[in-house]
Amino acid sequence: MTEKQKGWKEVPVAGVCWKPATDYPTGDWRTFKPIRDPEKCTKCLLCPMICPDSAIEWNRNTEDIQFDYDFCKGCGICANECPAEAIIMTREEEEA
Amino acid sequence: MATTWKFTAKEIVEKPDLFTSGHRACAGCGPAIALRQIMKATRGPTIVTNATGCMEVVSTIYPYTAWKVPWIHTAFENAAANASGIAAALKAMKRKGRLQEDIDIIAFAGDGGTFDIGIQALSGAAERGHDFLYVLYDNEAYMNTGIQRSGGTPHGASTTTSPAGKVIPGKRQYKKAIADIMVAHEIPYVATASIAYWQDVLMKTRKGLEVEGPAFLHVLAPCPRGWRYDTSKTIEIAQLAVETCIFPLWESTDGQCSLSPQSKIVALKPERKRPVKEYLETQRRFRHLLTPEFESEIDNIQKMTDKRWNKLLRRCNLVSL
Amino acid sequence: MTVVSVQQNVLALNGDEAVALAVKQSDVDVVAAYPITPQTIIVERFSEYVADGEVDTEFVCTESEHSALTACLTASATGVRTFTASASAGLALMHEILYVTSGCRAPVVMAIANRALSAPINIHCDHSDSMVERDSGWIQVYVENSQEAYDSIIQAFRIAENPEVLLPVMVCLDAFFLSHTLENVRVLSDDIVQGFVGLRKIPLVASHEGKKVPFRLDPENPITIGPLDLYDYYFEHKRQQEEAMNHAPQVIKRVHDEYAQLSGRRYGNGLIETYELEDAEIAAVCVGSTAGTAKTVVDELRAKGVKAGLLRLRTFRPLPTADVKEALESVRAIAVMDRSNSFGGNGGPVFHEIRHILYDSKTHPHVVNYIYGLGGRDMPQSLIRGIYRDLGEISETDRVESRVHFAGVRE
Ligand code: SF4
Ligand code: SF4
Repeated sequence: MTEKQKGWKEVPVAGVCWKPATDYPTGDWRTFKPIRDPEKCTKCLLCPMICPDSAIEWNRNTEDIQFDYDFCKGCGICANECPAEAIIMTREEEEA
Repeated sequence: MATTWKFTAKEIVEKPDLFTSGHRACAGCGPAIALRQIMKATRGPTIVTNATGCMEVVSTIYPYTAWKVPWIHTAFENAAANASGIAAALKAMKRKGRLQEDIDIIAFAGDGGTFDIGIQALSGAAERGHDFLYVLYDNEAYMNTGIQRSGGTPHGASTTTSPAGKVIPGKRQYKKAIADIMVAHEIPYVATASIAYWQDVLMKTRKGLEVEGPAFLHVLAPCPRGWRYDTSKTIEIAQLAVETCIFPLWESTDGQCSLSPQSKIVALKPERKRPVKEYLETQRRFRHLLTPEFESEIDNIQKMTDKRWNKLLRRCNLVSL
Repeated sequence: MTVVSVQQNVLALNGDEAVALAVKQSDVDVVAAYPITPQTIIVERFSEYVADGEVDTEFVCTESEHSALTACLTASATGVRTFTASASAGLALMHEILYVTSGCRAPVVMAIANRALSAPINIHCDHSDSMVERDSGWIQVYVENSQEAYDSIIQAFRIAENPEVLLPVMVCLDAFFLSHTLENVRVLSDDIVQGFVGLRKIPLVASHEGKKVPFRLDPENPITIGPLDLYDYYFEHKRQQEEAMNHAPQVIKRVHDEYAQLSGRRYGNGLIETYELEDAEIAAVCVGSTAGTAKTVVDELRAKGVKAGLLRLRTFRPLPTADVKEALESVRAIAVMDRSNSFGGNGGPVFHEIRHILYDSKTHPHVVNYIYGLGGRDMPQSLIRGIYRDLGEISETDRVESRVHFAGVRE
């Protein structure tokens, strides 16, 4: 991020935060990426409740869960816990 | 207490996160799971305060914040005093007609901020009876500063200040019975929970918010870096802790203690109680205990675990078997 | 002279009681405190007001001073008016939270009954406890008598809560000499005080939701206070605190003037009080109750034709640099009296700062230091006379034999 840093006259008083953490993607921390097999998934909704990074969301339109790869850190908890073994962890493609 | 609410997975996944993504906790962080689950159980307007510690640091790296509720951190040893001040302010505003709605208060602190440096403020706030929920997210050492032992670190664990050496096999002392200490304060609600059982965490959080007066929730939250296991195992280990009775789940409502379903099943079917060794083996912080010189420590841990388990069964009016 | 516009009652109160009464009248929402001699009477009197239903303040009797100040800080961050009181070891225990309070820009008001620090343990007056906190980001007001303690507490809420300032304020009164000594105190009516302090105003702040919202913990407009602030922004926040201190003198003076309109009472210009200083050749500088004794000595010397004067620092933080410089520049020899010591520092804190101010003066007066009264040791007129005698010699000979003295200690 190359954005110009604010001076003391501009920053809010007392260190009050002025950006949401959701502006700070953590997906690039990942070395393994969770991939779900929708065929196997029973939509038990366990994985969204145990993901440390809120990276498995409920999509109201599709009535299904989906990964938010902007934030998934690739911990593998979802894959480890999925009762249907619907999630596998695959190595991220190396950037060329 | 009649509980009119139940948490279905659907209802909960649809509820927006109040503790959001973009926090900088390590991959597989147990405490981050604890906070997510707990913040899913709020019942209305809520103010959160945090002791210094992992979750404070990772959630509010200036200028970013992962909190969608009003949030304040002041210092390490005073999470309960933070809550006391907020509670007093809300009470005063209500009495003076400047506030109508009910606002819940949750104080988060880690094991260092609770077992050790924060116990005085916690005890004082509990004695004074402020209406707030105190959540101890227990990752069993000062992880934020690099894995130093705390009063919550279990016997035998190797940390950077209780290293497993040639003659001393990790931490000598046993984990402080912090939840029992809180029960002794005769506050309306005390419970233990494990992030392996999200529904239980949510139910207990909600109960803690609903009682009038202080509530204390002790949540076991494994830490991949400090406990030294693969990041994918956080939930598995949090579950094993319960199944081995190293961390039994119970609640004490107005002094009435009862086992939670996950531990009750073990009480009723003792054959389901797994040996502590199965738990210890999963974490490299206990690796030295698996060597011939120190393996007697595993017996010691088993004995202490059984002793505490039996004591708990008696308190819950279940005969120890 | 100001015209006294309102009716006032005269009550026999000690300093602590005067403080408690001022707090009672100032519509304080949360008082969180812990007892410690010689501040205890404040907490006790206030507890009685609560028990008798005379206030609707939420009174939190905490298990430590650390928690007392913490609770005031978070209550203040929730948007209400808060007060606490402490002294000595209690203030030392608060040390960590003093910085957090000013850093969170929480306008907490605190009374300090200045008492010596251990060891050996001593319950009597000196300024060691609050002087070490001069860098904590709090405004510090030192009062001369119980009347001023009463008046200053009322003013303190207005100063602290001013959006241009938004800093906590410490009102320091000397242990026992003031805290426990009965004095006739003229007090305003509850209505007048309430009208003067008004309701706390909450300034706006930019939040992470991209809105300008009230700077308080409010579920409707969530903000995050007290984050992890590293080398990229911490310094900017500290610079803001310095700016708030820069705004404080004007606000202190304004509030002091406005209060004077109401009460008829002035303490110099609110920052410093000068006594017979205009044409003085020699002068003492002090803070706190010693000023009373020193004024008597000045009167006596003036009667003999000695051009002696006195400067009392009322606010030590912010340091009224320009005022002090102007007031002392034409004096030939100055004795700064410190009721605390900076061990190994070649003099006490007040001395260091007064001398630092005068470094820029063209006249370069001689400045010497007298450490006195530690642990409640009396500072009789005779000792103060001795100090002025020394100053006379310095002024005459234009020479300083020794810079730092310990006045009243046995050899
Ligand atoms: S890998 Fe970890 S962070 Fe990514 S979605 Fe699964 S549980 Fe969440
Ligand atoms: S845990 Fe497995 S089965 Fe359950 S919702 Fe997630 S992917 Fe689907």
